[in-house]
Amino acid sequence: MPESLISARGLTKKYGDFTAVDAIDFDVAKGESFGLLGPNGAGKSTTMRIIAATSQRSSGTISILGRDPEEHGPQIRAHLGVVPQQDNLDGELTVSENLFIYGRYFGLSKKFIRNKIEELLDFAQLQDKRDAKVEALSGGMKRRLTIARALVSEPDILMLDEPTTGLDPQARHILWDRLFRLKETGVTLVITTHFMDEAEQLCDRLVVMDKGKIMAEGSPLELIKQYSTKEVLEVRFGSDRNKEVAPILREMCSRIEELPDRILMYVEDGEALLEAITAKKLHPTTSLVRRSSLEDVFLRLTGRSLIE
Amino acid sequence: MNSGIDVAKVRARGAAYVAEARIAQMMKWKGIIAIVAIGNPLFYLVAIGIGIGVLVNENSGTSGTGGVEYITFIAPALLASAALTGALDEAMFPVMEGFKWRKLFYAINSTPINPGQIVLGVFIGAIARVVFTVVCYWALLIAFGVVTVSQSWDVIPVTIFAAGAFAAVIMGVTASVKNEDYFMTVLNRMIIMPMFLFSGTFFPLSTMPIFLQPIGWISPLWHATELGRYFSYGYSISGIMLLVHFSYLIVMMIIGFKLANKKFAERLAK
Ligand SMILES: Nc1ncnc2c1ncn2[C@@H]1O[C@H](COP(=O)(O)OP(=O)(O)OP(=O)(O)O)[C@@H](O)[C@H]1O
Ligand SMILES: [Mg+2]
Repeated sequence: MPESLISARGLTKKYGDFTAVDAIDFDVAKGESFGLLGPNGAGKSTTMRIIAATSQRSSGTISILGRDPEEHGPQIRAHLGVVPQQDNLDGELTVSENLFIYGRYFGLSKKFIRNKIEELLDFAQLQDKRDAKVEALSGGMKRRLTIARALVSEPDILMLDEPTTGLDPQARHILWDRLFRLKETGVTLVITTHFMDEAEQLCDRLVVMDKGKIMAEGSPLELIKQYSTKEVLEVRFGSDRNKEVAPILREMCSRIEELPDRILMYVEDGEALLEAITAKKLHPTTSLVRRSSLEDVFLRLTGRSLIE
Repeated sequence: MNSGIDVAKVRARGAAYVAEARIAQMMKWKGIIAIVAIGNPLFYLVAIGIGIGVLVNENSGTSGTGGVEYITFIAPALLASAALTGALDEAMFPVMEGFKWRKLFYAINSTPINPGQIVLGVFIGAIARVVFTVVCYWALLIAFGVVTVSQSWDVIPVTIFAAGAFAAVIMGVTASVKNEDYFMTVLNRMIIMPMFLFSGTFFPLSTMPIFLQPIGWISPLWHATELGRYFSYGYSISGIMLLVHFSYLIVMMIIGFKLANKKFAERLAK
């Protein structure tokens, strides 16, 4: 068993009567990239704030770097890098000023920070923006800067709350690439996302959260193996006929999901099933065979799509 | 893989780091801050020195001002009002930025620094702005021969202290408010404006109808103004009133800090 940097048992957070995080258990090992995957309101950010030692739990236990955040908040925060869901950079200051000031909050020497800034600007590909006001940056640049800022103190754990939400595909890929590099240097990552492809790309292991609870846990591959089939056949008959043919399709495989616009059929061999359907003269308007994804896992666990 | 973070050092100096950041932010506005600090007294000097002052002195002599030139009478009052205005700017806006507009406090709070240190750091930043404003103001008054250097040594620190008490309260109150935009309108129109009008700046509070005087009594500006007059040109105040003015400002400072510490901790722990 590798050294566990974060360990939560029965972790619960209530806002008044409302339970945002409901008795969850998880462990994060050193060097691991751990994900919290779930839809809006699942309790991901709330969990992140508790790990970040800024929000207090209502009950349960949590230990971060071997310490209780209730008693050792500053000591824990000294070793964390936090990338919040919403950027909270200082728009009036420049890129390098933002990095500098944040470094000071950790009590780092001016000399150390100045050297570090060069490294971080390279890492975030913001060298030519160093003296630009943050207000003038694009969303992707701001996100990279927020990540760079979180790294100024050389944290043991980097916490990323929805690192790529709101970014275009290109900006997302640049960010993923940066995060891969970090992982290679041995930084432990804790990532929340509601993008299954992001979870598959970045996470060694993840928990699927919904309504404050953990529904399942494992590596992306394990989860898919456990909760879905190898392949998925997606068929569309047009919204009127979908309902009509669904009962027939249900007979043909062990599990189907009817979505508003299409029907998902879970099988080991999608092409074979499609042939069987065609043989019955049920001609779908479109069809697609694909590998199972975490989206299918989520649908199986909750009966809902990840992204509404 | 460690940059050798010394948490004990942050425990000791966290507020200074926050103040450092506040001053860096203010430097982005240095032009405006300087223009206000120098333009404001210039404007009053001209208006009062050659306008209102002449009018007042011609019509009522120096009887209404307790035997001093009108400009001498209002100089410490204008100093106090400039100091408190500066304190207001640097106590109110950063708190709104910090919690709502750009959520900067949440960023600071994710470092080893804790909420109480943010409060103190923002306060020190406000004091830095007040010191700059007060020194500029008074230097100009000295340059124009309105006051003398020897009159300066007590009035300056006392005025800065009064502005600090005001800053602490404004920080506490601003942190307590959820709807900032509405709050700003109410604060400006209903509290700041009357405070500046009914604090004995341009004429002694005692010449106002008695039912309006309580506005002055609760206003930190009135207490600051009375103290400023006492410490600059020797305006006579009883020992009791001297004690009242200081106590009022001290209590204000303590309540302001207590409230700010509580609200900052609450909001940042959400
Ligand atoms: N400060 C708060 N006060 C009251 N309720 C809150 C507070 N913060 C979060 N909640 C509630 O707790 C639940 C979980 O919120 P949280 O932000 O953790 O979800 P999330 O998984 O991060 O969602 P998203 O994907 O939208 O960011 C939500 O129903 C939210 O309304
Ligand atoms: Mg969230």
